[in-house]
Amino acid sequence: MTAALEIKNINKHYGSFNALSDVSLNVREGEFFALLGPNGAGKTTLISILAGLCVADSGSTAVMGKDVSSDYLEARKKLGVVPQELVYDPFFTVREMLTIQSGYFGIRGNTDWIEEVTSGLGLQDKMDENMRTLSGGMKRRVLVAQALMHKPPVIILDEPTAGVDVELRRGLWKFMKNLNSQGHTIVLTTHYLEEAEVLCERVGMLKNGRLAALDTTQNLLKRFSGIRLVLRTKKMVLPSALNEYLLEVAADGEWVFRLSDYSEVEVILRELRRVEDEVISMVLREADLEDVFFSVIKED
Amino acid sequence: MVGFYTLLYKELLRFWRVVFQTVAAPILTALLYLLIFSHILQDRVTVYIDVGYTQFLVPGLAMMSVLQNAFANGSSSIIQSKVTGNIVFLLLAPISNFQVFLAYLLASVIRGVSVGFGVVLASIIFINISTFNFFWIIIFAVLGAGILACLGLLAGIWAEKFDQVAVFQNFIVMPMTFLSGVFYSIHSLPEFWQQVSRSNPFFYMIDGFRYGFFGKSDVSPMVSFLVVGIVFLSLSAVTFNVIKSGYKLRT
Ligand SMILES: Nc1ncnc2c1ncn2[C@@H]1O[C@H](COP(=O)(O)OP(=O)(O)OP(=O)(O)O)[C@@H](O)[C@H]1O
Ligand SMILES: [Mg+2]
Repeated sequence: MTAALEIKNINKHYGSFNALSDVSLNVREGEFFALLGPNGAGKTTLISILAGLCVADSGSTAVMGKDVSSDYLEARKKLGVVPQELVYDPFFTVREMLTIQSGYFGIRGNTDWIEEVTSGLGLQDKMDENMRTLSGGMKRRVLVAQALMHKPPVIILDEPTAGVDVELRRGLWKFMKNLNSQGHTIVLTTHYLEEAEVLCERVGMLKNGRLAALDTTQNLLKRFSGIRLVLRTKKMVLPSALNEYLLEVAADGEWVFRLSDYSEVEVILRELRRVEDEVISMVLREADLEDVFFSVIKED
Repeated sequence: MVGFYTLLYKELLRFWRVVFQTVAAPILTALLYLLIFSHILQDRVTVYIDVGYTQFLVPGLAMMSVLQNAFANGSSSIIQSKVTGNIVFLLLAPISNFQVFLAYLLASVIRGVSVGFGVVLASIIFINISTFNFFWIIIFAVLGAGILACLGLLAGIWAEKFDQVAVFQNFIVMPMTFLSGVFYSIHSLPEFWQQVSRSNPFFYMIDGFRYGFFGKSDVSPMVSFLVVGIVFLSLSAVTFNVIKSGYKLRT
């Protein structure tokens, strides 16, 4: 089976800055994939290279088996991209914009699909409004609709939920899940990690232009799993016996312990009693993708 | 082909939406030039015997409008799309580089020629103008518009800000237009400046265009056609290759 996205040894630099270093990864057909990473990690750069908006220094990329540079027309037909920036053409209304977009992809009219997508995205009341007059969230919805006009087998969304209200976010994900169940491959970037955790089967994490983790969401959670115990004590002097449990010191100074079992809570408390320290506050929770993310980002 | 037609349609719609600014205003400007220059110079300048100065001026002004508007269309469309960022919609679309080039070229030529046509039509109301050979008029209008459309596209692609396009316009397009014989025949210039004018491709566009009206010109229309044709083809090749290379568009 051909990969939906095939990324081989991509390098990209701006001046002396390496935006992407030797990134390789495949996204399988039908996958729901999250591309994560802190600001400036290179997510948008990678997407731009896949979309042909940006040319890599070396390496190759293909969409549904079509090379992005040598077979650019076919590769573009297979791909729908929602850009991160809120771009729009101030000359046109929503309906005109979507009709033009369809035409760019060789589809005349397209009224039924325009109807379906826009009502799914809650745009039906805005169809004849000028793009200029729409709110930011509404412009974002139009960008999503535009990317779907040619029913591309692969859809890439670069932070589609930035600046979008809760209702649309839910609606958007329902829409995407539905497309995914119909066989569309979906790749998204987001800074809301709980979204990625719920939606995506597999996750790739970029860090300083390198692929720092690539695995199924479940495996990642398992690998970094366990229980998080967040603790503040009176003295805040760590007994040496607790060193092995300490994961990090949070920004506000609290200790974050990583436990493999709830019974280990007792071990921690016992050690604290031994040094005559007292607990002020305590939170216990299961590890989530955010913990995985921070562990990966902190690793060298 | 639907992609190509859609892009062409979008480009035409873009200037048609603001037709007052893109077509009516330049026609009015040309008419003002005509009014003032002809009033001042009618009895003082004779270019060709039996062609009044006002008559002489009309094709020059019409051609100047064709050139300026063809340039303005290509350059402003590209720079606007770049600055607002919506050029990505085009860059993501499966439209071949050649079709992108052709759509932008055609839209600019259509705008340029429409304005030129408007200038001639509006002038006919006030001035009695005859045409000698319609074929040459069309040929030179289209090729001239094509040349300036290419220059406009190149300027729009190269520029990163609006004022960089203005630099291109004010320091290259305007001087070359004015020094090409819009307001005079180069035979009225000193020998040295005649030579300079002959190395300006704009001179041949206007001279050939004028031949279509009067059947008289400074150089033979075949020579002008050759020069203008070669310049058009070369600039087209350059522009197409710049688009194909992704220069400043696909970073
Ligand atoms: N055109 C450019 N010129 C110079 N540097 C650039 C350019 N585009 C991106 N960069 C740099 O490359 C790095 C990666 O940028 P990129 O936009 O890919 O990050 P990102 O992971 O998408 O971040 P964010 O989460 O903020 O969107 C950044 O440090 C950015 O400053
Ligand atoms: Mg980004």
